[in-house]
Amino acid sequence: MLPGHRSIKTALRTALWFMFLTLPFMVVRVNTLKGEVEWRWQNMLWVGLAVFLLAIVWDIALSNRHKRSDRKPSASQTLSRLSQRVFHDKTVYLPIIAGVFCLALLFPWLFNTYQVNIMVLALMFVVLGLGLNITVGLAGLLDLGYIAFFAVGAYTYALLNTKFGVGFWFSLPIGGIVGATFGILLGFPILRLRGDYLAIVTLGFGSIAKIVFENWEEVFNGAKGIAGIGRPGLFNIEMSLEATTTYIYYLMVALVMFAAFMTNRLKESRIGRAWLALREDEIACVTMGIDMARTKLSAYAFGAFWAGLVGVIFAARNTYINPNSFTFMESALVLSVVVLGGMGSIVGVMIAAMVLILLPEYLRAVAEYRMLVFGAVMVLMMIFRPQGLVSNVHRYYRKHSETDAAQKG
Amino acid sequence: MEYFLQLFSSGLTRGSIYALIALGYTMVYGIIQLINFAHGEIYMIGAFVALIVSGVLTIYGFSGASILVFAAVVAVIYAAAYGYTLERIAYRPLRGAPRLSPLISAIGMSIFLQNYVLLAQTPDFLPFPALIPEFEFIEPLAHIIGSAELVILTVSTISMIALTALIKYSRIGKAMRATQQDMHMARLVGIDVDRVISVTFVIGSVLAAIGGVLVGSYIGQINFYIGFMAGIKAFTAAVLGGIGNIPGAVLGGLVLGLSEAFAAGYISSAYEDVFAFGVLVLILILRPAGLLGRAVKQKV
Amino acid sequence: MKLLSHSAKLFITFLFAILALNSGCSQEEQPGAPQPAAQGEQATSESSRTADGGSGTTAKSARAESIIIGVAGPHTGDLAPYGIPTMEALEMLAVEVNNSGGLLGRPVTLLAMDDQCKPEIATNVATNLVSRGASIVIGHICSGATKAALGIYKEADVVAISPSATNPPLTMDGEYPNFFRTIAPDDKQGQLAAEFVTDTLGAKKIAILHDKGDYGKGFADYAQLAFEEAGQAEVVLYEGVTPGAMDYSAVIQKIRREGAEAVVFGGYHPEASKLVGQMKKKRLDIPFIGPDGIKGDGFLDIAGLNAEGVYATGPKDVSTFPLNQKIRQAYIDTYGKEPGTFFDQGVAAWQAALNAIQVAGTTEYAAVSKALKTSRVETTVGQIKFDQHGDAEGVGFSVYQVQNGVFVQVQ
Repeated sequence: MLPGHRSIKTALRTALWFMFLTLPFMVVRVNTLKGEVEWRWQNMLWVGLAVFLLAIVWDIALSNRHKRSDRKPSASQTLSRLSQRVFHDKTVYLPIIAGVFCLALLFPWLFNTYQVNIMVLALMFVVLGLGLNITVGLAGLLDLGYIAFFAVGAYTYALLNTKFGVGFWFSLPIGGIVGATFGILLGFPILRLRGDYLAIVTLGFGSIAKIVFENWEEVFNGAKGIAGIGRPGLFNIEMSLEATTTYIYYLMVALVMFAAFMTNRLKESRIGRAWLALREDEIACVTMGIDMARTKLSAYAFGAFWAGLVGVIFAARNTYINPNSFTFMESALVLSVVVLGGMGSIVGVMIAAMVLILLPEYLRAVAEYRMLVFGAVMVLMMIFRPQGLVSNVHRYYRKHSETDAAQKG
Repeated sequence: MEYFLQLFSSGLTRGSIYALIALGYTMVYGIIQLINFAHGEIYMIGAFVALIVSGVLTIYGFSGASILVFAAVVAVIYAAAYGYTLERIAYRPLRGAPRLSPLISAIGMSIFLQNYVLLAQTPDFLPFPALIPEFEFIEPLAHIIGSAELVILTVSTISMIALTALIKYSRIGKAMRATQQDMHMARLVGIDVDRVISVTFVIGSVLAAIGGVLVGSYIGQINFYIGFMAGIKAFTAAVLGGIGNIPGAVLGGLVLGLSEAFAAGYISSAYEDVFAFGVLVLILILRPAGLLGRAVKQKV
Repeated sequence: MKLLSHSAKLFITFLFAILALNSGCSQEEQPGAPQPAAQGEQATSESSRTADGGSGTTAKSARAESIIIGVAGPHTGDLAPYGIPTMEALEMLAVEVNNSGGLLGRPVTLLAMDDQCKPEIATNVATNLVSRGASIVIGHICSGATKAALGIYKEADVVAISPSATNPPLTMDGEYPNFFRTIAPDDKQGQLAAEFVTDTLGAKKIAILHDKGDYGKGFADYAQLAFEEAGQAEVVLYEGVTPGAMDYSAVIQKIRREGAEAVVFGGYHPEASKLVGQMKKKRLDIPFIGPDGIKGDGFLDIAGLNAEGVYATGPKDVSTFPLNQKIRQAYIDTYGKEPGTFFDQGVAAWQAALNAIQVAGTTEYAAVSKALKTSRVETTVGQIKFDQHGDAEGVGFSVYQVQNGVFVQVQ
C-alpha cells in the first residue's frame, strides 16, 4: 500500500513537531561547569527522518487496524489464523515440540557453561512470565510488584539454607508455598480494588518488600545481602561449577515444562475459565455465580507460587542475593515478557522471555537501549497487537467432522 | 514548638509540590479514568528543560531574573507539548480498549521517557542552578522557612487558584466539567471531547513542570529518575484526597507531605517510602473513595 | 503435512549441526575470540590488540597460548563511571605489554565484561570468563557483584583482584583465598573518619547518616563502632535516609534538635550534595564528613559552592608518584580526558597481577597467589604487597577537605 498525499503531509508535520520536541534533549548538551554548550544538530536531522518514516508506517498500521475491526481479512489476521492452525494441528505442532525438546536436552553439550548459564536465566524468566501470565494474562489483575514474590522465594531459601542448613530440594516447595501464601495475604486487602488502583497498590507492595529486605538487618542482613547459599545438591555428590550449571539447567527445563503443562491445564480448567470470565467482565462474572474472592485469590496464589519457586532456584544459582536484584525494573521486565508474549498465551510468553533476556545478552549494543525498547514495545503492543505476538489459543469444541474436513482439504 | 514548626514548613513545602503533580493525575483520571503513569516523567522533563535552557542562557551571558522567567516559560511550554504528544500517541488510539491496555501503555511510556532522557542527556545527576534568589527579609526565620520554601508555597498557591478559576469560570473549564460528568452526553451536545482531553493533559503537564522547576532549584540537582518516585507519591496524594477531585488532590498532597515530614522527624526517615505506601494501601482498603471523594457505585 | 514436518525436522537438525560445528570450532581454535555470545566492541579491540602484539607467528598459535586477563565491572548503566576508567586504562596497558613482547613471552588478551554491578549478571560474567580460560580477573567493582562472582572464581582457581570492592568481610572472613584488593577496606575508613571528627574537629555529639546501601551503611556502622570504642564522643543520631527522596529537610531539623556538632555520612555523592545544600539552606553550620564515595568531581560539580569546607576520607593522595604520573599522562594522551574513579587502584591491580605472573613464571593459581603475597611491587598506589587475607599492605586513607573547589589533603 502506498502512502497517500495526505498522509505524507501529516508525516511531515509530525516530523517537524518531533524535531521541536526533541530539540533540548537530543541537540543541546550543556556543561554549566565548564561553560560549554554542545550543539548536536545532526541528531535533529535523524529524528526528523526517523519520525517521518515512522509516521507513515504508523498511519498505515493504524488504518489497517481500523480495517481489521471492520472484519475485512488482513495480513495480521491470516497470520493469527496460521498460528491457530499451527497450534491446533497435531502433525504440525508435535514435531516442533519434539524438535525444541531435543534442542533443549542437547543444549549443555553443544554450548559452553556461559551460554548454559545465560539460558538458565532466560528459562527463569520463562517461568516467571508463565506465573505472571496467570495473574495478569488470564485473570486480568495487573500486578506491578510481582518480583516481590520472587524475592520472597529467594530469601526463604537463603535463610533456610544459611541459618538452618535446610537443603535445596526440601526448600523448593517451601519457597513456592511461602510465595503463594504471600500472594494470598497481599491479595486479601486488595480484593475490592479495580484494575488501576490494584496496579498502584501492588507497585507499593513491591517497593515495601524491597525496603523491608533492605532495612531489616537482623533478619535479612540488609543491603549486605546473604552470601554462601548452597547450590542444589544431588545425593551429596560434590559437583563442579560446570556440572552444577548443567544440573540447574536441566532442572529449569523440567520446571518450564511442568509450569507450561500446569498453566495449560489450569487454563482449560474450571478455575481457568473463571479467571478468563473475571478478566472480561467482573460484574457479569459475579452475577453468574462465580466466587470472586476465591477466584482472584487463587490467581494471586498460583502466580506467586511460580515466582517463589523460581526464587529458590535463583538464590541457589547465584549463591548470593541482595535486595538490588528485586527492583521495579525486574517487575517491569516480567510484565513486558507477558505483554509481548500475548496475555494468556503460553507459547508467546516462552518466546518473549527468550527474546527479551537473550537479545540484550548476545547483542551488547542493544543492552544500553534495552529499557527504551521495552517501554516502546509495551506502548506499541497495546496499540497494534494487544493480543501479543502469538495470540491466545482457546480450545474450540467443534464438531469433529468439520475440522477433519478442513484438514484434509 | 520550634521543631514542630520546622517540620511543618518542611512538610508543607513537600506537600505543595505533591499537590501540584497530583492535580495532573486527578484531572486526567476524572475525565478518562486513566492513571497517567507517565505524569511523573513530565515533571522530570519540565525540570530538565529548565536546566538546559538556564544553562545555555548563562553561558551566553544572560543573568538574574530574565533566566528564571525564560527558563520557566520554556520548561512549561515543553512539558505541555510532551503532555499533549503523550496523550496523542499512547492513549488516544486506545480509547475504548480494555482498561488494562492504556495502563500498560502508560507504564511503557514512563519507562521510555526515562530512558530517552538518560540516553540523550546523561545518567548522572546534574547540578541545577539556584534560580530562586535568597531574600533578605526572611533571614531571621531562615532556619524555619527559607526563601525557596516561601517561593514554592507562593507559586503553588497561585497556580492552584488559577486552576480553580480556569475550571470554574472559563468556557473550556465548563467543557471539562461536562466531560467529566458524562463524556458521551458531552459529545452529543457538541463538545469536542478529544480537544477537552488534550487540554486536560496540557494543563496537568504545565502544573507538573512548574513543580519540576521549583523542586530543581530548591534541591539543586536533578537526574532522569526523579519523576518516578515523585509521580508515585503524587499519585498517592491524589488517591488520598479522592481521585478525580481537585480540592482533594491539594488536600491529599498536603496531608501526605506533612505526614512524611512528621514521620521522618519523630520516628525515622529510613522507612519514609514504606510510610507513604502504607498510607496509600490503608486508604484504598478503608476508604477507597479518598478523603473528599464520593463513592460511586459502578453501573452496568 | 508429513512431508512438511519431515523437512522441518531436517532443517532443525541441519541448523543444529551448523551451530554445533561453529561452537566447536570456535572453542578449539580461538579461545580468545568471542563466542557468538560475545560483545561486539570487545571483539574488535581484542583482535586488533593481538595483531598489535603479533610476534610473527600465525594468529592461531599466538592466540592459543595468550594469557587471558578478565576485566569485570559496570561498563553500562548508571554506575558505569566507576568501571570504565579501569577498563580503558587496562586496554591501553595491554597494548603496551603486547608491543613490548608480552608477558612470559606470550601475548596478553584482555576480556572486558560488563556486570552492571548486579550480582546475577556478575555470575554470568564470571562463568563466561572462567569458561573462556581467564587466568586472572581484575574486578569486580561493586562489593555485591564481587561477592556473587567470587565463589565461581574460587572453584575455578582464578585469582580476582578488585580495585574498589571495599567491603571488609570479603577478605577478612577467609572465605575467598583467591581474592585480593588494591584499596583499603571500609572499616579503616570509618575508623579514620571517627578519629578525625573527635581528635581534630573536637566534636562531642555526632550525627551519623547513611543511605541504607551496602557501602554507605557499612561505612556508617564502622564509624559508629569506632566512636563507641573510643568513647570520646556520643552518637546522638543514627539514621538512614532514602536515596532519591525529594528533600532531607526533616532529617536536618532533627540533627539540629539533637544538638549534633558534626555529621558523618555514609553514601554516595548525590545524597551528600543534597544534604550539604539543604544544611546550608537551613543555616545548620556544622562539619560534614563522608567516605571516598563523595571524594570526587561528581560531588564538587553538583554541590558547587555548598561543597566548600566539606571533609571526605579517601585513598591516600598518590598523584605525586612518578609511575602514577606517567601512566596518567599516557591515559590522557590516549583518551583525551582525565581518568576517573578507581583509575589508580585499577592500574595497580593490573601491575600486581602482571608482576605476580612474571615472578611465578606461570599462570597456575597456587604460584600466582603465592607471588601476590610475597613479592613487593611498584604500582600507581605505591609499593604494595598483599597480606594473608588479600588486603594490600601500604595503601591507606587520608582525610581531605574541599578548599576553593578542590579536595585538599588535610591529614
